[in-house]
Amino acid sequence: MSVPGFQQDFFQLFGLPASYRLDNALLEQHYHALQEQIHPDKFSHLSEAERRVSMQWSARVNEAYQTLSNPARRARYLLSLHGVDSQEETNTAMPADFLMEQMEWREAIEEARQARDIAELDKLESRLQHELHGLEAQLADKIDIARDYAAAAGSVRKLKFMERLAEEIASAFDAIDT
Amino acid sequence: MSYSEKVLDHYEHPRNVGSLEKSDAQVGTGMVGAPACGDVMKLQIKVGKDGIIEDAKFKTYGCGSAIASSSLVTEWVKGKTVDEALQIKNSQIAEELALPPVKIHCSILAEDAIKAAVHDYKSKHGAVLEAPACRENCKG
Repeated sequence: MSVPGFQQDFFQLFGLPASYRLDNALLEQHYHALQEQIHPDKFSHLSEAERRVSMQWSARVNEAYQTLSNPARRARYLLSLHGVDSQEETNTAMPADFLMEQMEWREAIEEARQARDIAELDKLESRLQHELHGLEAQLADKIDIARDYAAAAGSVRKLKFMERLAEEIASAFDAIDT
Repeated sequence: MSYSEKVLDHYEHPRNVGSLEKSDAQVGTGMVGAPACGDVMKLQIKVGKDGIIEDAKFKTYGCGSAIASSSLVTEWVKGKTVDEALQIKNSQIAEELALPPVKIHCSILAEDAIKAAVHDYKSKHGAVLEAPACRENCKG
């Protein structure tokens, strides 16, 4: 059996370039190929120690896939490869206009939720998708082209707020449904 | 997650929710956010001529602990000078509300919001208050 080296980073694991822009189809393809290759059931004839290794492999491949397939996690991981912390736990000083917009988003979602206004929530959701795409394009520029990882860290923090807005919108839809 | 009674009390009966006039020279506004959970907090103070904080308001979008932390600090800062308000530590907030370790960032957010509000207030007055003092001191 041939399993990739434990020293490889997640991108190397999937044979992908270490960039923010990612060929999702290729990631899926390589993920399934690796899973196939190291699935613990395949090693039922091997010793317990060897099976344990293959389980660890399976877990590592899953973790790598979960990391690379999510935009915020992928960006955070890329920054960590370059020794930059995205400071999501500690940095509370976001740009004032960004925070003001966040307040307005949250107010708009809250109002639509209370008014049970599905059309408004749909509008907010498509606006959010638009903003998310813009933010991801910025991240790709900062990480892949400018290689400005400190600036990219700020964009990762913004992305976390936008993900939260998406959750808030989803939960507002749920609240109206029930 | 079980909240402490004090958190629930502030969450169910938040003190000082609302807004002050941002452009008022007496008002300092602090806006902060926690990327880890997407919470946003706006905290405002209104400072009297004697330098004492006479009013404070907040608006927070976040979990119960974040709302309780901001509600509590608006109560604490009233009657304090701006410099005394800067002394408020997140550990005091966390202790008062019995926050569990995973919610400590909510108290950090509230401490940072107060600092940002004081900073905003001072920056509105800094040019007026500090420049003349320096001119006098720097002459000799």
